[in-house]
Amino acid sequence: MNVQVKRPNRLNIESLKVGYETMLRIRRFEEACIELYKQGLMGGSLHSYTGQEAIATGFGMNLEQTDYITMTYRGRGHAIAKGAQEKKLLAEMLGRVDGYCHGKGGPMHITSVENGILGANGIVGAGIPIAVGAAFSAQYRETSQVAVTYFGDGAINQGVFHEAINMAALWDLPVVFVCENNLYSEMTPLHESVKNQNLAERGFGYGVEGIVVDGNDLEAVYHAANEAVSKARAGKGPTLIEAKTYRTEGHMYGDSETYRTKEEVEAWRKKDPILQLEARLEQELADFHKYKQELEGRIAQHLTEAIQFAKESPEPNEQDLFEGVL
Amino acid sequence: MRTITYSEALNEALHEEMQKDGNIVLLGEDIGQYGGVFKVTKNLFEEFGAKRVVDTPISENGFIGMGLGAAMTGLRPVTELMWIDFAMVAMDQIVNQVAKMKYMSGGQVNVPMVIRTQEGAGRGNGAQHSQSLESMFAQVPGLKVVSPSNPYDAKGMLKSAIRDEAPVLFIENKLLYFTKGEVPEQEYTVTLDKASVIRNGEDVTIIANSRMVHFAQEAAEELKQDGISAEVIDLRSISPIDMDTILTSVKKTCRVVLVHEAHRSFGWGAELVARIQKEAFDYLDTPIERVASEDVPFPYSLKLEKEVMPQVQDIVRVVKGM
Ligand SMILES: Cc1ncc(C[n+]2csc(CCOP(=O)(O)OP(=O)(O)O)c2C)c(N)n1
Ligand SMILES: [Mg+2]
Repeated sequence: MNVQVKRPNRLNIESLKVGYETMLRIRRFEEACIELYKQGLMGGSLHSYTGQEAIATGFGMNLEQTDYITMTYRGRGHAIAKGAQEKKLLAEMLGRVDGYCHGKGGPMHITSVENGILGANGIVGAGIPIAVGAAFSAQYRETSQVAVTYFGDGAINQGVFHEAINMAALWDLPVVFVCENNLYSEMTPLHESVKNQNLAERGFGYGVEGIVVDGNDLEAVYHAANEAVSKARAGKGPTLIEAKTYRTEGHMYGDSETYRTKEEVEAWRKKDPILQLEARLEQELADFHKYKQELEGRIAQHLTEAIQFAKESPEPNEQDLFEGVL
Repeated sequence: MRTITYSEALNEALHEEMQKDGNIVLLGEDIGQYGGVFKVTKNLFEEFGAKRVVDTPISENGFIGMGLGAAMTGLRPVTELMWIDFAMVAMDQIVNQVAKMKYMSGGQVNVPMVIRTQEGAGRGNGAQHSQSLESMFAQVPGLKVVSPSNPYDAKGMLKSAIRDEAPVLFIENKLLYFTKGEVPEQEYTVTLDKASVIRNGEDVTIIANSRMVHFAQEAAEELKQDGISAEVIDLRSISPIDMDTILTSVKKTCRVVLVHEAHRSFGWGAELVARIQKEAFDYLDTPIERVASEDVPFPYSLKLEKEVMPQVQDIVRVVKGM
């Protein structure tokens, strides 16, 4: 069985600009997080989304606020692309009361129900059935909502992926499975975990169309997302999309990265999704550099305000501790 | 009053609640046309259809996770794990996801979800189909854990569990399904967090849950012949524990025996020992006793299984030795 490889269709300039802005917002947000992490303002580990921005963005552009997503600990990019605000995300990263989860969720558990963000997850693969449940609920309530679940190439080996995609296929649920194949699960290279050449092949085992897309190409992701989301919305069931990509930062901040070569990382940096999109925009926009400068300025300003908001937000108190358990 | 079985009582609770609330949906294995292996969902498929009574593949972790996603987005799923032993393959979704979602999200969502299951030994089902694992789940903040012992409570508590905004692990008992009890025709509910004094006594308090409540009752009858007056408390809820009811009784009788089918070590009995000695130390005339399953896997041999589980005579013997 051969997977279908989606080639990019051209997006119009307005859509390209929307996508570019979101990708840049995510990149700058992730960079700011590393700085704040180094300052000792966060607990736990920090898992960067840098290098994978086109995936969350290409999907986010095809989703409504009322649609649902679940994602991984690497999930701020997905949240931003789904409508989350930087200031509330940052406040959560710093464990403050004005964060989306009032400081009780943290980086691995970003949730914003009003934006349909049903949770990042610290357990590899665990968000997958939750998204399938949201899709079940949408189908049951006869809304046209769609659920998208983002997970890694490592997560696709979890039993629960197989349980969930089988049920989604069985009941034609409006859900899209997005496997972000960044070639590593933590420190283990893909070929040491799986025999498949393309992970999307696994969809066919369950009667689900499997599609491979260049995850560093916004236009390719956008079109694959558009087809899969429209199909789900039309009641025609799930799709498995494998987006091939690379995380240019370590698995988490401080990762020694002994499992890969500098050359490999450099080669992928040349395929950076933002660089690629900039090359496209340069062809389309005569005044690209001015446009970029203005955009960067706006994003930096916005981020500075968000960081200040997060730092000034109080830490939760003892009373908050026992709230919301049951 | 009419008498019906525990299984019928549960079936009525599901039926009545599903009639009232169109957002209730059942998910589980063999619960549809077949009506459930213990007949709890009998005829519900015929009445409510495949949309609301959903036969799932054998994917416990998957469909518990789906229940969670559905509960977060407007439905009230009642999921069924055919045997509590199978909950072990769904531990991630139950413990890491369902129990924590509300808290981790800073209270943004409720998880109005019920996980129905059944436990207990005594049927020669062997080591993987006989466990009583309620204590394990009571260790996890974010879950309510209940285990009704009779048809009246089974129906009333299941209705409360379905209406509750928090996730409830609702533990039935395989050897109680076909036992009968009085259940009124008219609407009622039973709260989830209260223990119940089912027999008044003066000399000792026996606290039990699930099927062991019946063993405790029998033991109390026998003790009466010997002039010992035992008070029997049906714990009903393992989490939270109704300490008020327990302490009132303990302060009266000054002796306590805890009876559960869960293994002795680290069972809920141990938790109660800690709480009672802390709250009522000066009232206790003797050390608190536990009658529980031995710390071995359940053997298949019916003879050995009986030795592992608490028996009425064990309770009688322990009380007399106090
Ligand atoms: C159930 C579980 N097992 C192991 C881990 C530890 N762990 C965290 S991330 C990770 C790798 C996951 O890789 P992948 O799914 O490819 O996602 P990526 O980090 O590459 O985005 C592992 C093993 C975990 N969090 N949960
Ligand atoms: Mg990976």
